Amino acid sequence: MTQKKLIIALAGNANVGKSVIFNYLTGLHQHIGNWPGKTVERAEGTLSFKGYTIDILDLPGIYSLSTYSLEELVSRKYIAVEKPDLVINVVDASVLERNLFFTLQLMELETPMIVALNQVDIAKRKGIEIDTEKLEQLLEVPVIPTVAIKGIGMSQLLERAIEIIEKGQTTRREVRYGEEVEERIAKITETLQNVQFYYPRRYVAIKLLEGDEEIAREIAKLAPPALNTAKELAGEIENLHGHACSTVITSERYEAAGRVARQAQKLVPPLKPTAQERLHNLTTHRIAGYLIMVSSLLLIFYAIFTFGNYTSNLLSNLLNRLEPLSTNLFGTGIVGSLVWGGVAEGLIAGVTVALPYIIPFYIVLYFLEDSGYLSRIAFLMDNAMHKIGLHGKAFIPMMLGYGCNVPACLGCRIMETQRERTLAAFVTTLVPCAARTVIILGLVGRFIGIQWALALYVFDLFVIFALGRLAFRVMPGEPTALIMEMADYRMPQLKTVLKETWFRLAEFIKIAFPLIIVGSLAIKAADVFGLLNPVANLLSPVTVTWLGLPVITGITLIFGVLRKELSLIMLATLLGTTNFAQVLTPVQMVVFTLVAMFYIPCIATISALVREFGWKKALFITLFEIAFAIILGGVALRLLTLVT
Amino acid sequence: MSSKSVEDYLKALYTLSQNGKVISTTEIAGHFKIAPASVTEMLKKLAKKGYVKYSPYHGARLTSKGYQAAERITRKHRLLERFLHDVLRIKKDKVHLQADEMEHALSDEAEESLCRFLKHPDRCPDDDKTIPACDLPFSTCEECVKLHNENLEEVGRRERIPVSISHLKEGERGKVSFIRGEHKVLQRLFDMGLTPGTEVTVVKSAPFHGPLEILVRGSRLALGRGMTEIIFVEAEKE
Repeated sequence: MTQKKLIIALAGNANVGKSVIFNYLTGLHQHIGNWPGKTVERAEGTLSFKGYTIDILDLPGIYSLSTYSLEELVSRKYIAVEKPDLVINVVDASVLERNLFFTLQLMELETPMIVALNQVDIAKRKGIEIDTEKLEQLLEVPVIPTVAIKGIGMSQLLERAIEIIEKGQTTRREVRYGEEVEERIAKITETLQNVQFYYPRRYVAIKLLEGDEEIAREIAKLAPPALNTAKELAGEIENLHGHACSTVITSERYEAAGRVARQAQKLVPPLKPTAQERLHNLTTHRIAGYLIMVSSLLLIFYAIFTFGNYTSNLLSNLLNRLEPLSTNLFGTGIVGSLVWGGVAEGLIAGVTVALPYIIPFYIVLYFLEDSGYLSRIAFLMDNAMHKIGLHGKAFIPMMLGYGCNVPACLGCRIMETQRERTLAAFVTTLVPCAARTVIILGLVGRFIGIQWALALYVFDLFVIFALGRLAFRVMPGEPTALIMEMADYRMPQLKTVLKETWFRLAEFIKIAFPLIIVGSLAIKAADVFGLLNPVANLLSPVTVTWLGLPVITGITLIFGVLRKELSLIMLATLLGTTNFAQVLTPVQMVVFTLVAMFYIPCIATISALVREFGWKKALFITLFEIAFAIILGGVALRLLTLVT
Repeated sequence: MSSKSVEDYLKALYTLSQNGKVISTTEIAGHFKIAPASVTEMLKKLAKKGYVKYSPYHGARLTSKGYQAAERITRKHRLLERFLHDVLRIKKDKVHLQADEMEHALSDEAEESLCRFLKHPDRCPDDDKTIPACDLPFSTCEECVKLHNENLEEVGRRERIPVSISHLKEGERGKVSFIRGEHKVLQRLFDMGLTPGTEVTVVKSAPFHGPLEILVRGSRLALGRGMTEIIFVEAEKE
């Protein structure tokens, strides 16, 4: 029996529990990728329900369908062009008015839809009670109350969805604007009568009055007269109101949303602040907030590194036991050493970073994000980030960078403009990741003293600040200030957190593993064919003359490109000892560590940069950092020799 | 007492008083580099005119009337600085003194034309401070540019100059009356619910001049300083 196929899209504001609903409905049958040619995430999943195979598409969390961000454009185009069978609009019951503003815009797209009134439990706790029937009546769209986190209302949601699709119902309700606006909408719609366009005519007319750039561009090609009429009519409205037409329309739309909200909800503000409220006040407090932030971050890093270090060693010991197996199969000749030293060791390198560090990092990160704490951190750090031309949200990828730079680069997507994404990514590649921490602690921390290692971390912050500021000055464009919602705290759902972690991990493996393996193979091949020593000698003017390091560091630093801590591990192998104090002076240790910290984003990070920003910017950042590290190392050598 | 020195005092008090604190006589004396005794003298005169509330030994605070007058003169001063810097290409460190001289002679009409001529700038060039809003009843600068062709007399005036929400104290409320900024930023703020006429409550501000936490239409937003400085409200009367 072939099942009938349906496509349902989930749309709504950020922080309304949309992804919880998505996860609940689709389970593990998900696919997360990008919208073609865009750096906007596209999450899809499937489920079977009542003889239907339903494709669910989770649209990005947005506040409007204007053209402020790529996410907004992608969403509205998807709904208009690909016409899903139904849109489920997820609405946060505790912030009804603002959510309905978005609902009304969806209705203007004339798409069949239903409303999932989510987080009704949180709303109730805040003293907001919503009359679902009344809301349904006012919106002329089915409204289903849900508590997604507990799975409440999920099957009703699907049942109503199917019912609406089977009936072939479309949304007929529209927002009625003021008479003077309506008259003009009608006039424009008339001039559009013979135009074939994927957006509904009334929608186009409204958007033309609002001065929407994307739609104006399209209409300029399809029906230039309509564009002129719209401009003229918009001018008339402006003269009547004394306000810009877009302001008039947005205000009226908000007014309509407010009217519906006021009629459907009853407010009984609770007598004492809720626990969430108190937690919010504490975590954004001018003193306590920072104390909580610093101590929780330190605790998290400490826990992850302890766990990561232990597991990483355990794993690499375990995996290295497989070497005899490889030797048995492939021998110890050229093929054998390429298979083991190239492919297998590359794989081990990947696994020992990914599993012990990245998984716990993601779990903690999504836990913090879903609970709402990350937005409080962004609030507290906004001012500091401003010094380098970024706003508070950029602190989040930076934090992530201490674990691994690859997800951190991908995480820069939370920034609004391309300029800020690039700036944030650049700064992030300077953050010492787990691998660099291994070098800092393993070399400087162990053989010179922990205070020197800490000094290097502080110095790194200084470098981030200085280079960030420099990049901010050099890059054209104005910085944007923070506009961010701080949604109420809520208990994160373990299932959602684990699922997010799983998909991110898969993404990481996809980006990083092929390159680590290919790179590892290439270096091993160079080794097998005796090319490493000539290369090391070739590099000796830099490594020996300028940086004052042993010749073989040339080789180890090349290995470090694959995975930073390899530069230390290889050093031990090539020098034949792990007691570095015998072979390196303290000054050499500091210089080597400094160079290793900054000299290049590792190969996986480079590939993440290429993916997000194109090869030109990736190449520029890479070359800049190589040059910077070499200069820094040489200067440090000379200064430190002077001092000691 | 010349109107020039009144204006200079108002401007100084405006610059020294963020968050409506009382400004001490010594602080003002330090600003003008004159003896505290002459400051006391002057503050008493300003108090008589209703511009400040003066309490001996403590200092002075601008009244609502004084605050409005101070905003007007500060606006002229900072607009002139922009003009001197952007158009006449005078160096940043020199524009302040020059503007100090010119501001007293600039009429309100000339000030409005200057603002449009300079494409409604939002900050002064030398110390990057916000230029206060005007009292035209537009809700964005875009509107002013589009609609000013008609006689400005006809559009009327606001009763009070709107204040930027970065000047509100914790717990204070106001209704959005005017937002300065380019189209995309405006659209974003409108979309988040900050349409003209909407009530906004300032909940708290992060330390070191950090972002503000505000309540608008039942949602809690964090706005960076760059945003709060361009949102002007009609503050609720105390």
